[in-house]
Amino acid sequence: MSSIAFVAITILTLAAALAAATLQKLMHAALSFAVMFVGISAFFFLLGAEFVGLVQIFVYIGAVAVLIVFTILLTRDDVGKVQSFNWSGVIVAIAVFAGLVWAIANTKSLPLTPPLIEPVRVQRIGELLMTNYVWPLQCVGVLLTAALIGALILVMEEKT
Amino acid sequence: MTLSILLVVSAALFCIGLLAALSRRHAIFILIGIEMMLAAANLNFIAFWRFAPQPAQPTGVMVAIFAIAIAAAEAAVGLAMVIAVYRHFRSTNVDQLDRLKG
Amino acid sequence: MSDSLDQIFIHAKQWLLSFISGRAPDWLIQIASSLINIATLLGVFLTLFALISVLERKILGRMQNRYGPNRVGPFGLFQPVADGIKMLIKEDIVPDRADKIVHFLAPVLIAATAILSLGVIPYGRNMTPFVIDGGILFFFAVGSTTELAVFMAGWGSNNKFSMLGAMRAIAQMISYELPLIITVLPVVMIVGSLNPDKIVGAQAAYSLGFMPHWFVFTPWGATAFILFFVSGLVESNRTPFDVPEGESEIVAGHMTEYSGFKYATFFMAEYIGMFAISGLGITLFLGGWRAPVHFLDFIPSYVWFFVKLSILLFVYIWLRGTLPRTRVDQIMNFAWKFMLPMAFTCVVAAAVWHYTGRGLRGWLWSLAVIAAVYFTLSILLDTRRKFAPRTYRFAE
Repeated sequence: MSSIAFVAITILTLAAALAAATLQKLMHAALSFAVMFVGISAFFFLLGAEFVGLVQIFVYIGAVAVLIVFTILLTRDDVGKVQSFNWSGVIVAIAVFAGLVWAIANTKSLPLTPPLIEPVRVQRIGELLMTNYVWPLQCVGVLLTAALIGALILVMEEKT
Repeated sequence: MTLSILLVVSAALFCIGLLAALSRRHAIFILIGIEMMLAAANLNFIAFWRFAPQPAQPTGVMVAIFAIAIAAAEAAVGLAMVIAVYRHFRSTNVDQLDRLKG
Repeated sequence: MSDSLDQIFIHAKQWLLSFISGRAPDWLIQIASSLINIATLLGVFLTLFALISVLERKILGRMQNRYGPNRVGPFGLFQPVADGIKMLIKEDIVPDRADKIVHFLAPVLIAATAILSLGVIPYGRNMTPFVIDGGILFFFAVGSTTELAVFMAGWGSNNKFSMLGAMRAIAQMISYELPLIITVLPVVMIVGSLNPDKIVGAQAAYSLGFMPHWFVFTPWGATAFILFFVSGLVESNRTPFDVPEGESEIVAGHMTEYSGFKYATFFMAEYIGMFAISGLGITLFLGGWRAPVHFLDFIPSYVWFFVKLSILLFVYIWLRGTLPRTRVDQIMNFAWKFMLPMAFTCVVAAAVWHYTGRGLRGWLWSLAVIAAVYFTLSILLDTRRKFAPRTYRFAE
């Protein structure tokens, strides 16, 4: 059951990722990108990290994908003109992939079966965010505020 | 579903992201590629957490949550830059953005 | 007796599952159980959609001094059947210049997300279709996908009205998603859980035997509920916030280029989104499936849920019959200048309520906080502009 789901999700995610990387039409690529994040969230659900999966859908499909399609819309005149494809990138990517697979295959100490655990509860994550991780949380808050203001200033019309 | 298969999947995802970032000349594709690589890293965090001897400590989950937040900030600023650059140069092809003078 | 009536659907489901239990592996039973849940959800809510679509027209008709549909069947109740047949046999037109794939996928996605978000709402005692620990988050995560679907509809049609409508829809959805989520925050904070069942459980008690502990009866809860309801109106694109499909301005917004069954799908998704957001409001603020007074507990829990749902839906229809359409800039100003600060105030007021003992004292203190912010906002936002002759600005 779980392995069937795993194979299906893997195929969906990788196909969507390939489509997002190679499709000519920018809008189709952006939508495949959103599908890929659904796949990754499904991985998270399968691995017992429900909360991260939900946050992933919320942030990436609700916000980042919408931002990307809006950017495509606002830079529409250029869509279709940028066709060039750099084939050396493919070689680099395949080389990196081969290296990573070689490294994974040669690591003997990887555990085969996951230990049985209760799925991590949202309440526990909340408690940790407010105790052990309160400084990273504050920093992320400052970072997001800075990013918000920075993005606003960048896209504001220049007064001439 | 073993850890090594999961790692291979996330490695494949990472390399597809790398492919998008290196091969495509459109700025938005480069951003998509970067986001993909970050997602692959997140998948690794969650996989290592799940297969760790003590998954009761949700460290991997916390790191993934922070990574998502930071990736969202990065996407917002990156896309704002794409729009700003497009306004200026009337192009989103990163090969054409080779002037330092505005 | 009343208990068995309360659990009748649970027993029916277990009876259905008993045919395969023991003979089939566990995962098959799990899938069958999910399929039964999904089929029930679809059956109930599509029937409700058909019913509401005719009731809305009849109620609106009465509000406007006319009869409304009354030709097909008794009291015009078969009107949705006639409408459905008409929609099904219409020609499905896809514009020549449209992005065919995106144009096709948009209605599918919008209907799927609307139906998915129904899955986490508790409809009665033990009657949550899919129990997820982060159910509220699931609801919003799925709901946020609607924006992408609307954009796909607008982009895929390759039509300026569609694109304008989609832009308007997304702009107002994003603006109102913030107050919508932040008004949920105080409830989650007080209950300490994102699980809808626990939120309903936290509103179970009664004081003095008749006053239910619903969150809507606290100052922060009442404010949050009103804000939530208004945001829900916007999210489901209902009048007075239906500028994305304002037919006098931009034909039908993102649905302009859709015809036949695809248009019906959009229509259905809109109504189902309305049911979902009302259901969530009931769960969060109106005590879910709990009875309003203690001695009425013998009435089955799901009846209470659907009574509350019908009251909320009636308010939706009532507002549609009463209020005129607002302007785009008014909607945006209202979201960012009033709704958002008030939503944050609700969070603060809920914290005050909690730390002053959740009693009468907390009640008064949180009321004081909300009133202070409300009056400050109303002074700040009053630009002292009285009614003046309208000045027109034209597009360049």
